[in-house]
Amino acid sequence: MLRVALSRLLQGLLTLLMTSVIVFVLARTSGSPVDLVLPSEATAAERQAYIERNGLDRPLPVQYGVFLVNALQGDFGTSLRTRQPALDLVMSRLGRTLALATLGLVIALVVSVPIGVLSATHREGAWDRVGQGFALLGQSIPSFLLGIVLILVFSIHLRWLPSSGIGDWRNYILPAVVLGWSISAGIVRLLRSSMLEALGAEFVKLARSKGLSEATVVWKHGLRNALIPVLTFVGFMYGVIIASAVVVEVVFGWPGLGYLAYESTLWRDFPVLQCAVLVYTAIIVSINFLVDLGYGIADPRVRT
Amino acid sequence: MTSADTLLQVNDLTVEVKGARGVGRAVDGVSFGISAGETLGVVGESGSGKSLTCLSVIRLNPKPASRIASGSIRFDGRELLELDAEGLRAYRGREIAMILQDPMTSLNPVLTIGDQIREALKLHRGLSRADETRVAEDLLARLRVPEPHRVLRSYPHELSGGMRQRVVGAIALAGRPRLLIADEPTTALDVTVQAAYLALLRKLQREEGLAILFVTHDLGAVARICDRVAVMYGGRIVESATTATFFSGAAHPYSRALLRSLPDVSKPPERLEPIPGQPPSVFAARKGCLFADRCPEVQARCRELEPPQSSVAEGHFVHCWARQP
Repeated sequence: MLRVALSRLLQGLLTLLMTSVIVFVLARTSGSPVDLVLPSEATAAERQAYIERNGLDRPLPVQYGVFLVNALQGDFGTSLRTRQPALDLVMSRLGRTLALATLGLVIALVVSVPIGVLSATHREGAWDRVGQGFALLGQSIPSFLLGIVLILVFSIHLRWLPSSGIGDWRNYILPAVVLGWSISAGIVRLLRSSMLEALGAEFVKLARSKGLSEATVVWKHGLRNALIPVLTFVGFMYGVIIASAVVVEVVFGWPGLGYLAYESTLWRDFPVLQCAVLVYTAIIVSINFLVDLGYGIADPRVRT
Repeated sequence: MTSADTLLQVNDLTVEVKGARGVGRAVDGVSFGISAGETLGVVGESGSGKSLTCLSVIRLNPKPASRIASGSIRFDGRELLELDAEGLRAYRGREIAMILQDPMTSLNPVLTIGDQIREALKLHRGLSRADETRVAEDLLARLRVPEPHRVLRSYPHELSGGMRQRVVGAIALAGRPRLLIADEPTTALDVTVQAAYLALLRKLQREEGLAILFVTHDLGAVARICDRVAVMYGGRIVESATTATFFSGAAHPYSRALLRSLPDVSKPPERLEPIPGQPPSVFAARKGCLFADRCPEVQARCRELEPPQSSVAEGHFVHCWARQP
């Protein structure tokens, strides 16, 4: 177990390193920040001074080397736009994105686990059709569209919920629902099929032969087994939610990490963009690590 | 066949199965009875309907693939087919318990052995938590499971097949049932473990006065444990007799063919005689005797009319035109 954990840790570090190269190169091929940061009437000399001050004139490998050495000491540079340390900017936004993504995940689970289970227990019945319909809609409606539709209905027509920004709990609802929606379809489908498999297993027959209630058979014996493959998927999807929050945060004007990454791409704010992407990567790598550990807890067969 | 101490009486049970080729009869008018403390062996090839018959007794037949079409299942005088799901649940585990074929898959892999035994104890005996653990250890000890205390905290994958099947046996006994349905309980076990398991079942049966409905295709197991034998072919019972009578004087050509296909280790090796042909499909037309195509003693009327039951001797019945008095 320890050896597995260590090798996963090493893999994670390698992933981070490779991501840092990719984002570093990609960001610089997208254009220069000079035109965006400096006013249009800036002279050529002023432009040159800006470029040299930020080290943008040096060869790419050298720039990367400097970045890496600093990053390893926890220094991700300062924002080209606001002159704040990039890491501080990123960390100040991270909490909001995690809160939104976690709420989205909880909503997705609360809705899709019962639908998935009922689809399996009422195969070919009404619940199954509800589940299939739900899954189809979930997979075919993109989150930016759903977000706009929800804003139209609940913010503009009904005026129940705010359309953007942060304030109190009401601001969380629409973006979290959109995030949850984007992964619910997958959970419903996967849970339905793994639940059907579990309910067809011999141990379910034995559980019924004991005289247990159907609810105990389904929700204890069936679901405990059916959730094991779903756990991996949900862990992976948590990462997807955090990443896809970029779109949702832009639609809902949610000042989270996604919005920051979006802005820093527009402004060619390389230090902030690099730091944001690396923090994303670190989060997803750690989620995958936790899922592997959680798998061992959920399934006693892999614990040994 | 019905007598005062008949515990389970199945009459004219018919179970239909749905398949790509339509609806077939996997169990076709089966009748048998078991008295308290008696062991009835139901033998037959795969697909003869023996498992489905026994699963249907507590309605654990696969759904929606199969359906009990008609018949009567009386347990202790009470018609089980009239009960709703909730009413039937009162019988499951408490009156009628099951042991399934494959101990590798019949225990829940994510729950400990203790959870799975205590669950049955809680349901049927309403014990306190401390008593549950004590009784669960007793049950395991009675099934000769070494170190019951440790096994209670184990998961199924940590135990051998033989140990798991003992655990399944302990779960079955948790509700102090009067009838045990054992669906090929030794098929998946090693030969040496099989014999020990059968001896254990026999011992528990004597101690508890259990009736056992023992489904198997293993005639060796029948000889060890059963008082009576019912032979199934194509969803029908073709012969029933006491075990001793069956091994010394089986009457039905199919029963005789089954016995000839067994090796006799006490004699020098000789050629085993397989039964020619294939068992009938569940979906095939059901006309006459279903064994006719493979029968060495086939007569013209065998293909036309279903043979009626005739009595060979006291307690020995056969369905065969060639054995009509």
